[in-house]
Amino acid sequence: MSATFVMLAVLTVVSAVAVMLLRNLVHCALALAVTFAGLAGIYLQLNAQFVGFAQLLVYVGAVAILIVFAILLTRGREPPLQSVFSGSAIVGFGIAIVVFAVLATMTLSSRALGMEKPGEANASVAQIGEQLMTRYILPLEVAGLLLTVALIGAVIIAMRDKEPE
Amino acid sequence: MDQIFVNLKDWLVALFPAGRQQELVSALISVAALIGTFAGLFALTTVLERKGLGRIQNRYGPNRVGPYGILQPMADGLKALTKEDVVPRSADQVVHFLAPLVLVAPVFLALAVVPMGRNMAAVDFDAGILFFFAVGAATELSVFMAGWSSRNKYSLLGAMRAIAQMISYEVPLILSSLAVIMIAGSLSAVTIVEKQAGYSGLIPHWFVLTPWGFAGFILFMIAAAAESNRSPFDLPEGESEIIAGYYIEYSGFKFALFFLGEYIGLFAASGLAITLFLGGWNAPFPFLTWIPSYVWFFGKLLALIAVFIWVRGTLPRLRMDQLMNFAWKFMLPMALINLLTAGVWHFTPPGLARWIICALLVFGPYVALGRTLFESKKLAKRTYSYAE
Amino acid sequence: MLGEGIIKGMGETARNFFGSYVKEDRLTTVQYPEERLPQKEAARNFPFLVYDGKDWDKGLRCVACQICEKECPPQCIYIVKDATKKPDHIGKMQFQAKVFDIDISVCMSCQICVEVCPFEAIKMDVEYELSTGDRFGQLLLHKDQLAKSNDYYRKIHPTEAAEVDARMGAEKAKAEAKAKPAAATSATPSKP
Repeated sequence: MSATFVMLAVLTVVSAVAVMLLRNLVHCALALAVTFAGLAGIYLQLNAQFVGFAQLLVYVGAVAILIVFAILLTRGREPPLQSVFSGSAIVGFGIAIVVFAVLATMTLSSRALGMEKPGEANASVAQIGEQLMTRYILPLEVAGLLLTVALIGAVIIAMRDKEPE
Repeated sequence: MDQIFVNLKDWLVALFPAGRQQELVSALISVAALIGTFAGLFALTTVLERKGLGRIQNRYGPNRVGPYGILQPMADGLKALTKEDVVPRSADQVVHFLAPLVLVAPVFLALAVVPMGRNMAAVDFDAGILFFFAVGAATELSVFMAGWSSRNKYSLLGAMRAIAQMISYEVPLILSSLAVIMIAGSLSAVTIVEKQAGYSGLIPHWFVLTPWGFAGFILFMIAAAAESNRSPFDLPEGESEIIAGYYIEYSGFKFALFFLGEYIGLFAASGLAITLFLGGWNAPFPFLTWIPSYVWFFGKLLALIAVFIWVRGTLPRLRMDQLMNFAWKFMLPMALINLLTAGVWHFTPPGLARWIICALLVFGPYVALGRTLFESKKLAKRTYSYAE
Repeated sequence: MLGEGIIKGMGETARNFFGSYVKEDRLTTVQYPEERLPQKEAARNFPFLVYDGKDWDKGLRCVACQICEKECPPQCIYIVKDATKKPDHIGKMQFQAKVFDIDISVCMSCQICVEVCPFEAIKMDVEYELSTGDRFGQLLLHKDQLAKSNDYYRKIHPTEAAEVDARMGAEKAKAEAKAKPAAATSATPSKP
């Protein structure tokens, strides 16, 4: 564990906790952006340049802004004053622990643990592009189609209220 | 002479023991050089811009501080430093404080991948262009932070406008640079510049000198102006409409930081335009290659900034609907057509025919789009019902 | 074609840019402290008090009637009457002002004081370099600062001053013409 990783991990986890605990929704959204950035840093630290930059571009640049906009356009009142821990917090903790336990046992009993560590991955952007355009062309096309459909749908929804009633 | 700065850095780094320490020193030197150079350039640009705008409006411009007013930035800087830093009582203190930093840090980061001379890129990422756009994304967040934390209607309006504008124009910005990436076959800024080296006779192999490159360059410059909130796309700041938009509640040095961030963003975008389209640090003619590469880069940078100032002195501010229509109905289709043209260019054999086909492919849609979008609306003569 | 207008506009600004270096008369501004534009005759900013003759205190036309003080919309004029009287331009005994202050930080340059003054005593000045280090004390002008000679008035507003001089000259002539037969009949001088 290098010092860089520790710093990034602490940053990511602390901001992720802040997302849950902060009372002001916009603060939560901003903390979420920090979490995304921290994750991007971890990807970069793992030598995955493309994924790291894409994470920054998509999550910090687009998703965080989207969330912030959604909050601004929908929120109609001040944040509630009651404690951030609701009455059912204990149940939630219980569920979280159970989920964690299941995941942990699955991970620990996984065969991958016994496998040899793969060598340093060094996928260049060109290689990723090559793979996307040859081997994974179908998923790429399907994703593209999905996004186009979503885009057209959004435009249609946005257009509807312009028609005379 | 060409490598003087590179050699200087190598010499400085060699003074330290090898290993991690050298890496650290190398990084520090690059960062210090970047910040120093571009902060100086920022100071120079502010005074040149004010003088240039003055001349465009038949005025003198600043000419009091120092010879020809060249020391004006010092006076401005001192003024910004000594001014009271007012934070509104109802503002969100932490976010209000962080916003200028979140703006300035990424734009300097973006500069790191731009090669400013032979062997003079601070870092050469495999995915340098992607890095540029990725860190550029953080500026939107900072604008939102500034607008929201000020607790001011105007600043929030400004932030909303700015984000809408930045998101809209980021699409054509990236699509227009995608054409270059496609032809060059690399996301690395250094490789893209190398691809543009060489000359056919007197003409350099710059991408701007191809039909798709020219169209891409124009689209890129327009989108870059919109991204960096330059006039005529300065709606987020619109002094006459929303009194400076998202930095309405900023004063003193924080305001100066915002100002710095905007200009550095402009430099970064111009630097990327040079890298992608104008051949980076390559000389325009083969007989001029003896001039050091960084001179060419900064010369081109100043020329592009002069164009931005010129445009600012010429065009009035757009309206919000005009801005959005322009982005989605003109810029986006043109960028997509340009991408297609670049593909055609790549697969047709070189020659005059390729040139003509590609030029028509770009020019035809340009004229058609221009006709249908902007010339269909003929304004009727205004008639008054009551006044004579 | 799209963009033609932009090219044309860019050409225009480029012409301005280079033209301003070549032709001096393109420049619309002057270098202020060294160069000044000639003052327009109708210019005005703050009022001053006119006096005749050499001695400002004796020649002040103001008779402390306080009309201007009452009419002043922002109430920036403050007048205290003096007990002693002094003769005005036609020789009639009139009151005079012991204190006459105008707070020009309050004054709004409406010129109403000038309009209402029956004695042509208060007029508008054109002095605009009024910056001081003390915004309360030094922007409150006293009688001695306000008093300016009729010659000065003639200089800054020639047409207006000529009219006023003619009117006052006519009044004086009329008064003298009236005084002459009176002096001839009664043989007692009315002037003390």
